[in-house]
Amino acid sequence: MNESMDFLIWTKGTAFDIAVTIFVIGVILRLFEIISLGRKQSLAEAKGTEFGPGMKTIFSRSVPDLGTFRRQPLTVVTGYMFHIGLFVSLFLFVPHIELFRATFGFGWPGLPTPVVDAAAVLAIVGLLAGLWHRIMNPVMQKITTWEDWLVWALTFLPIITGYLAYHRMVNPYPVILGLHILSVEALMIAFPFTKLMHTFTVFLSRWYNGAMSGRRGVES
Amino acid sequence: MSEATLERGINALKEQIDAPVAAFFSSCVSCGMCAEACLFYTETGDPKYTPIYKLEPLRRVWESEYTLIGKVKKALGLHKPVTDEMLEEWQELLYDSCTMCARCSMICPVGNDIAYMIRKTREGMVASGNAPEGVKGASIRAVTIGSPMGVKLSALEAQIKHIEADSGLKIPMDVEGADYLALLSSMEIMNFPEYLEGLAKIFKQAGVSWTLCSTAFEATNSGIQIGSSDIARTLVQRIVDGAERLKVKNVISPECGHAYTAIRWEGPNLIGRPFPFRVVHILELLDELRAAGRIKTKGLETERHTFHDPCSLVRKGGVIDEPRRLMDMVTSNFVDMKDRGTLAWCCGGGGGVSSNEDADELRIKAFKKKRDQIAETGADVLVTACANCRLVIEEGLEEYNIEMPIVGLSEMIADHLVVDETPPETKK
Ligand code: SF4
Ligand code: SF4
Repeated sequence: MNESMDFLIWTKGTAFDIAVTIFVIGVILRLFEIISLGRKQSLAEAKGTEFGPGMKTIFSRSVPDLGTFRRQPLTVVTGYMFHIGLFVSLFLFVPHIELFRATFGFGWPGLPTPVVDAAAVLAIVGLLAGLWHRIMNPVMQKITTWEDWLVWALTFLPIITGYLAYHRMVNPYPVILGLHILSVEALMIAFPFTKLMHTFTVFLSRWYNGAMSGRRGVES
Repeated sequence: MSEATLERGINALKEQIDAPVAAFFSSCVSCGMCAEACLFYTETGDPKYTPIYKLEPLRRVWESEYTLIGKVKKALGLHKPVTDEMLEEWQELLYDSCTMCARCSMICPVGNDIAYMIRKTREGMVASGNAPEGVKGASIRAVTIGSPMGVKLSALEAQIKHIEADSGLKIPMDVEGADYLALLSSMEIMNFPEYLEGLAKIFKQAGVSWTLCSTAFEATNSGIQIGSSDIARTLVQRIVDGAERLKVKNVISPECGHAYTAIRWEGPNLIGRPFPFRVVHILELLDELRAAGRIKTKGLETERHTFHDPCSLVRKGGVIDEPRRLMDMVTSNFVDMKDRGTLAWCCGGGGGVSSNEDADELRIKAFKKKRDQIAETGADVLVTACANCRLVIEEGLEEYNIEMPIVGLSEMIADHLVVDETPPETKK
């Protein structure tokens, strides 16, 4: 029991500090790495504006075109499932918010635990179905790299360990909680250097797409 | 062109990478949705035609040169470099199976503008000597002869003589101080002279002061298709010189999708300064003349008509409502295809694909998409606004034994034009 407590304390202390530091500095560095490349301003007479259409595309790309959805509904459905499930379990679970409050001094209201529990199940099912789809779908087979598998595992581990810990399904409890925290730390450390970065860069890419189109008078 | 080598190719790719490219690659989650947007995948089912996969050479250069982890990988020897063999293999993916139609750019959930990156990757292909022969030939002819199809001024003059004799209309050449300089595509000169005749008729009626230019009549730009900014610049400069020499206020892009992109959007950036004249697509101009009441039509076509959106017009220039308003002037039974406007499907022959013999077979396969879309509308007549689309669709329909008239929109407006005995004075 003592050893498992030590493990838990270590994951909550030193390891957590290291992971958060790498995460924050890494993300800032990566964003700088991208934005500092800059882009040439177009000299062609504009037909529309950039900023507004860019902002609009940030939102509009969350809704797929119906024809494309019909061709590949599973990608969209599993995508929605695990993104929503992850968001709710990560940001609206009361103990997570309390941890945030303890670290940064502010928080926000959470959702009742049964709702969060359902969201976690949604995320788990979504991720598993997504994995199955990635294995079976010929297009995804063609473009999937080791990084995609890694990113999947790094996303899946925190949610599954969190679920097991919350339901006290593994003994001793400190071990599974420690593993949960450790998996989150692994996620944070890998985050800036993998496709997990899309969490942030998606705002850039959608904006660039919308802005460059908007300037030409095209709604994208 | 200086001698092409792998090193030059990689350097060219390096130079092409900017913040949007880095954001796009960082955001890709390998979801595969772009494949579902691309006719080369949907009509063949071959996953190698997945749009983002076509960009692997550019992605590798981005990763190894512009990311921390890529630099570490390179230092440790874990990085997969871009090789000559790789680029050779990718020639098919970057040229034969991509028309730069940008439909995938509209679909990617993280917002990747894939066509923007294909255009850039082709710069690396040219610099490393990996562009297809057919497209190379077209660009060489464009630079040396003045037209990708080898059409010379004398050929244009001969066509003008024919048109003038047949129609009694005057086609002005090299008129200094005209308001509008009209450009043409070689295909219009050789295959569809009706276009030029239509222009002459409409402009006379509407009182538009216009001219052709003997040193700049070709609007298409093979430099952009092949991916050579040097060639593209030379070709754009020719038009700018002609327009400046004649001191025109506007330049009209013909019924050609990519010519419009070339002169309207890439042109000023290629020569490094804004144009002293406005660039307008012929459909935009016709719609302006319609709105101003300067052109009127009579009679409505009663057969069912549909319209094929040239990709470059809708996805690169937002010219979507103009053709529909013009169609309404002359048809009473117009039906749009299911995916129209920004989601229109390509004919399969844009971006240099139609001048690339290696792609012939694949292009006919990919054309099934357009064939089915047209069939779904139950239309009797297809209208479009691009000479290249028109030829590609004609050939495609023939290949599948479908008989259907294909008409250019400008020419259709000219056919229905109300001609006054005494047209208005030329308006400035
Ligand atoms: S649709 Fe976009 S995110 Fe998905 S694989 Fe293609 S480029 Fe990547
Ligand atoms: S630009 Fe068009 S042809 Fe090229 S990959 Fe995208 S959808 Fe396919």
